[in-house]
Amino acid sequence: MATKTTTVLDARAVERTLKRMSVEIVELNKGTDDLIVVGIQRRGVQLADRLVKMIEGGEGVTVPQGSLDITLYRDDLQTVGPRPVVGPTYLPWDLDAKHVVIVDDVFINRGGRELPIHADVVGKKVEVGEDERVDVMVAELDERTEVVIVPKSAA
Amino acid sequence: MTGTLGKDLLGLESLTGEQIRLILDTAEPFKEISERAIKKVPALRGSTIVNLFFENSTRTRISFEFAEKRLSADTVNVSATGSSVSKGETLVDTARNLEAMRIDMVVIRHSASGAAKFLADRIQSNVINAGDGTHEHPTQGLLDILTLRDRFGDLKGRRVCICGDILHSRVARSNIWGLTKLGAEVAVCGPRSLLPNAIDEFGVKIFDRVEEAIEWAEALNVLRLQFERMTAGYIPSAREYNRVFGISRERLDRAQRDILILHPGPMNRGVEIDSDVADGPHSVILDQVTNGVAVRMAVLYLLAGGKPELAEAAKGGSSRRRKEKE
Repeated sequence: MATKTTTVLDARAVERTLKRMSVEIVELNKGTDDLIVVGIQRRGVQLADRLVKMIEGGEGVTVPQGSLDITLYRDDLQTVGPRPVVGPTYLPWDLDAKHVVIVDDVFINRGGRELPIHADVVGKKVEVGEDERVDVMVAELDERTEVVIVPKSAA
Repeated sequence: MTGTLGKDLLGLESLTGEQIRLILDTAEPFKEISERAIKKVPALRGSTIVNLFFENSTRTRISFEFAEKRLSADTVNVSATGSSVSKGETLVDTARNLEAMRIDMVVIRHSASGAAKFLADRIQSNVINAGDGTHEHPTQGLLDILTLRDRFGDLKGRRVCICGDILHSRVARSNIWGLTKLGAEVAVCGPRSLLPNAIDEFGVKIFDRVEEAIEWAEALNVLRLQFERMTAGYIPSAREYNRVFGISRERLDRAQRDILILHPGPMNRGVEIDSDVADGPHSVILDQVTNGVAVRMAVLYLLAGGKPELAEAAKGGSSRRRKEKE
């Protein structure tokens, strides 16, 4: 039984990780042409924001940045207690033939995935026990940037 | 407890300011869905909704239907004519029969005040009041308030005057309760014969002359003269009403400021409102209609929500679940 919180990445490590990911994204895309970065509400949006700024720093190009709230697409909406707050979706472009990078805060590859989704660019791979949970915190919403493993029972 | 609104939406009188804000805030992201090429999200997939309209309606019924369809619910429309209602079936029997077919929600419009509550007390499905007699029309009140909020931001201290046939208007009641709870200053203006006797109990300002109302207000919500509900001679004639109480360009031009013009529709052009005002630059009448779909999507989404026992069973899933509940 996990009882304590373990820090996986501190703020500086998150910064370094994102930096590497931004380079990988541009490398995979062979440049910045047709690239669109879309953050998943919430926290994915803040991470996408940082990635876009890093790409801008490295390449001198500001790639379009959108946001997406997936709440309304969940198949377990009937089972979540009080209705989750729906954040804004901002995708004002035609996405045909574009290369869309989806940024999620579970940018940690947890192993034991529930969905048939494979991330091309991964922040960090961590093994998480059944009774544990990975929390990604960003300064914009959580007052500090950090990735931690906490017991599931924690509030 | 289903969601934070409870089981039903019967009126704005019973809601808190916080609950009203929750609905309005939830409506914001829903606006964008109607702007998409593919106007559909699967949030209410598998839910069955019955639109039970015992009174004529075009705008409200279509607006609810769009809201339901854009959330992927399955819908059935029942109107009084052409159903068992015309054979004398009571409201409760109609609803119980529908419920026996395992429905999840009922949207009801009825000419009797209190019909929605009567139904809500007797069936397990969520009930949404789409207008009950001269009592309340909460989703219209909410869409009016959302439209005002779009323009004004915070409604605290904003001056809104509701003009015309207050006596027969469920829209007026929902607006008065909703706006007051959000801190707006509310007034009514109309002939005394079309104001309820107990209007003082609402705690609103009363203007007998439309010129005074225009001088005071930042927004006018112009109500339709409901000739179909008038059982006695409340006004001498539509023409005289227009001359004394009609909202005209000349009257508005005398005001010190631009006044936002709302109307819940359908309009009697040339009676309570002149065409050049209805189609003028400060009219937000069509914005109201657009907002109507978003507000109704928000209400459906919030009411349809989670069953606690299922949530209990689903615990232990991904970390995302916890985060989105914040």
